[in-house]
Amino acid sequence: MNEITMSSGLIIASVLFVIGLAGVLTRKNLLFILMSVEIMLNSAGFAFIVAGAHLGVADGQIMFIFIMAVAAAEVSVGLALVIQVFKRFRDLSIDNLKELNG
Amino acid sequence: MRAHLQMLKTCYLNVMNVLFVISLIIALVASLKVITGTNAVHALLYMVAFFFSLAVMIYLYGAPFIAALEVIIYAGAIVTLFIFVVMMLNLKAQEKKKRIKLPFLPLVLIIAIQVELVYLIFSGPVNVNEPVFTSPEATGLALISNYMAAIELAGMLLLAGIIGAYHLGSEKKKNLHRYLSNTGDNE
Repeated sequence: MNEITMSSGLIIASVLFVIGLAGVLTRKNLLFILMSVEIMLNSAGFAFIVAGAHLGVADGQIMFIFIMAVAAAEVSVGLALVIQVFKRFRDLSIDNLKELNG
Repeated sequence: MRAHLQMLKTCYLNVMNVLFVISLIIALVASLKVITGTNAVHALLYMVAFFFSLAVMIYLYGAPFIAALEVIIYAGAIVTLFIFVVMMLNLKAQEKKKRIKLPFLPLVLIIAIQVELVYLIFSGPVNVNEPVFTSPEATGLALISNYMAAIELAGMLLLAGIIGAYHLGSEKKKNLHRYLSNTGDNE
């Protein structure tokens, strides 16, 4: 018997996902929210890899490659937005982003 | 559920198991330090530790290509982007607090979600097989033969990301000409 099974892998993926979710929902700094979103994306991809490893196909790994591509594009655009927010407010707190200005 | 607990009772002291548990503990501690950090650079270094430990876990699940890609792309490129932004904005001067106070109600709801997920996973069938090792060669062949359209679409997505990030990060020029204003007609 070993501990590297699909059930344990899925539970690990869910725990890491929930940790990232806690970071997104409780932090007020925009950079920390982006970091927590990266943790969530990684753990969701890890669940795909676990499923692919136990079906014996390479499709789980391929799905993780595409999740990584999406995460890279999202991080670059998100960080550009962080730069714009900092230029506007001199502070990265999301409390500044409460009102939409036309 | 009982079958799952029966399965957990018989675990042997394997090298792979010990490595898996060590990297799992590092991943949990590092992710908790990321979400409760005050210093942005410290949190990014904990995130690098998280990515490395996750790469070890991915390798132990029979996906060596993805483990290498995780280190190269996540810990090597995405964290570098974060660090560039932190250094450029010079965020060290912003931190005043020493501890982050996490509010109570979101944590209760998040623990409820975690309990639901664990219940869903335990209500499925028990899987005790070893992970199947998939070589990088097989992964690459499957990627190119079956998922060519998705490769092209991912390329287009990354192109859109590059162009968007460039335009969002560029500064507007102050003075084009003496007689022209910034908010021109063809803006």
